Amino acid sequence: MILCTAEEWQAYEGRFVALWTDAQHAYALYQPGTLLAVPLAEGAYPALKHPGASWFQRLAHDMTGAIATGAADTRPAIEQFRAPDGTAPWPDFAAPEGEGAHVVSVGPVHAAIIEPGHFRFTLRGEQVLKLQSRFGYAHKGTLALMRGKSPRLAARFAARISGDATVAHSLAYAQAAEAALAFAPPRRAVHLRAVMAEIERLANHASDIGAIAGDVGFAFLDSRFAWHRESFCAAAYAAFGHRLMMDIVVPGGVASDLRPKGEAAILSSLDALETELPSLIRVFEDYASLQDRLIGTGIIPVELASAYAAGGYVGRASGQNADSRLTPGYAPYEKFGLVVPVEQEGDVAARIRIRLAEITESIRLVRALLAGLPDDGLTVAPPAGSGSGIGVAESFRGPVWTWLRLDNGVIADLFIADPSTLHWPLLEHAVTTSIFADFPVINKSVNGSYSGVDL
Amino acid sequence: MVWRTVARHLLLPQAAPRAADPAIAASLRARLAAASARRLGRSLAIRHVPAGSCNGCELELRATQNLIYDLTQYGLTFTPSPRHADVLLITGVAGRNMAEAVRQTREAMPDPVFVVAVGDCAVDGGVFKGSPAILGGADALLPVDLVIAGCPPTPGQIVDGLLALLEAHGDKKEGKARGAAP
Repeated sequence: MILCTAEEWQAYEGRFVALWTDAQHAYALYQPGTLLAVPLAEGAYPALKHPGASWFQRLAHDMTGAIATGAADTRPAIEQFRAPDGTAPWPDFAAPEGEGAHVVSVGPVHAAIIEPGHFRFTLRGEQVLKLQSRFGYAHKGTLALMRGKSPRLAARFAARISGDATVAHSLAYAQAAEAALAFAPPRRAVHLRAVMAEIERLANHASDIGAIAGDVGFAFLDSRFAWHRESFCAAAYAAFGHRLMMDIVVPGGVASDLRPKGEAAILSSLDALETELPSLIRVFEDYASLQDRLIGTGIIPVELASAYAAGGYVGRASGQNADSRLTPGYAPYEKFGLVVPVEQEGDVAARIRIRLAEITESIRLVRALLAGLPDDGLTVAPPAGSGSGIGVAESFRGPVWTWLRLDNGVIADLFIADPSTLHWPLLEHAVTTSIFADFPVINKSVNGSYSGVDL
Repeated sequence: MVWRTVARHLLLPQAAPRAADPAIAASLRARLAAASARRLGRSLAIRHVPAGSCNGCELELRATQNLIYDLTQYGLTFTPSPRHADVLLITGVAGRNMAEAVRQTREAMPDPVFVVAVGDCAVDGGVFKGSPAILGGADALLPVDLVIAGCPPTPGQIVDGLLALLEAHGDKKEGKARGAAP
């Protein structure tokens, strides 16, 4: 950690990841793991210029009351409570400007089975002029519940920051605890963690690619990809006893070994997807009506993705080649190598192509990992102690970052940053490149987590 | 390419239909009869409201609609509009920030409404129990008719629970239409 002055804090150039505050300091995290801290002066700190910092500054204010001096956006992030007199902290949405502009509001209860969030669209005819999103509906006070608990006890909460990325969140959290206490899990556990993380990626990529096709009327692709997602969940259940592999990655190792029939179940679900994938990809390529809806839709320009340091398929479809499995990198990926696909178009079709390429790479990784599982045990008990550490894990969406500070074996403070936080503002932009009817498919192609940002 | 895959799957043996747990159905039937709920037949429309979940329950709810579980074969469908819905299905911890949205959704639904809490969080707050940001379980918002526990419950458990609800208030012509082609 670098303790800096207000000037150094504001002048730091880097790929911004997250910002948070505690009682004494404001912290800013940059790739590939540089942590800056500035002392609070009368409960305030200078606002950062990075566009991605805006949400974190709003969140910090809602959580601790710390004020980002000079911040342009001071709306609440998660604070939605209504006072008994009916007043709410959220300011009224501005009225639409310009001739023919009108407003459509959507949520927090959506038409599909998804999480809660509120979207305000300003439209002229079909064209989206502006999207403002409002979150906090899934706020559960997770970080506060984790403080004061031992790393093992608090792992259940890390696993529930975002259920679709439960393995990645548990992994980032476990690696932060292991860094703070300077101990390492057994090699078998490290390999099994990677197996689970890649299965999670495969299940989510398959499910989302199908859902995008379903959103534009291709039910056939939707049902085939949903079948494959189901086959990965069934394999995860056979191998680890839980369909989403929740609570299996814990600080110090893994809570469950690979079950006897698990390996065969995983390999057969990999084979099934690998066999059918070429014919499914051909459907994407052969049908002009499908391509018409996906190509040139929901564009995130390279410069914008770079300004937000976007990760995952959102960043990689817009020219960003970062993958936290390589930079900063963590075990065991250095042994297996990794090809990171990058595209420049930044549209829905590019995000699908990235995810299809990642499916192929994950299938290869899981096979290689299973073929060479070490045999040295599953877990070591975390030692008691004090210290702070940063952990990162590449979820299917991008890098999940966890920072925690331990004091005599219990969590004194922590922060967890889901990649969605940097992707939601990009969605707000992407929607303005298209018509209103394309919002569901653009939203699905970015697939930000609501729970992951509401905490 | 599409027709070849479709043809192949038409020839595959179909999964055996699921049946409701008779004990759960019997206990629900007694409770609903006591509440003199009007019978709606063997078809229910479900309006799902996420009230502060981690999205694990939503993943498994969506999975009930896939080829394997095929919820619609039992007459159960998810509907976007609360005006068409018979069942209010709540996931999540009943967060304070969602209380008003749940209330308005219930208000928009025609009576009778069956409230189903899906997932440990909706049962009692789950691991988040005690957080000041939450009310702790769907019954903090509305009286609950059926709970389907699990973190998250599997799609099979969700289908079984909803079938119990069908059994409890539908006509008791056991298995007549279940699983058969229309």
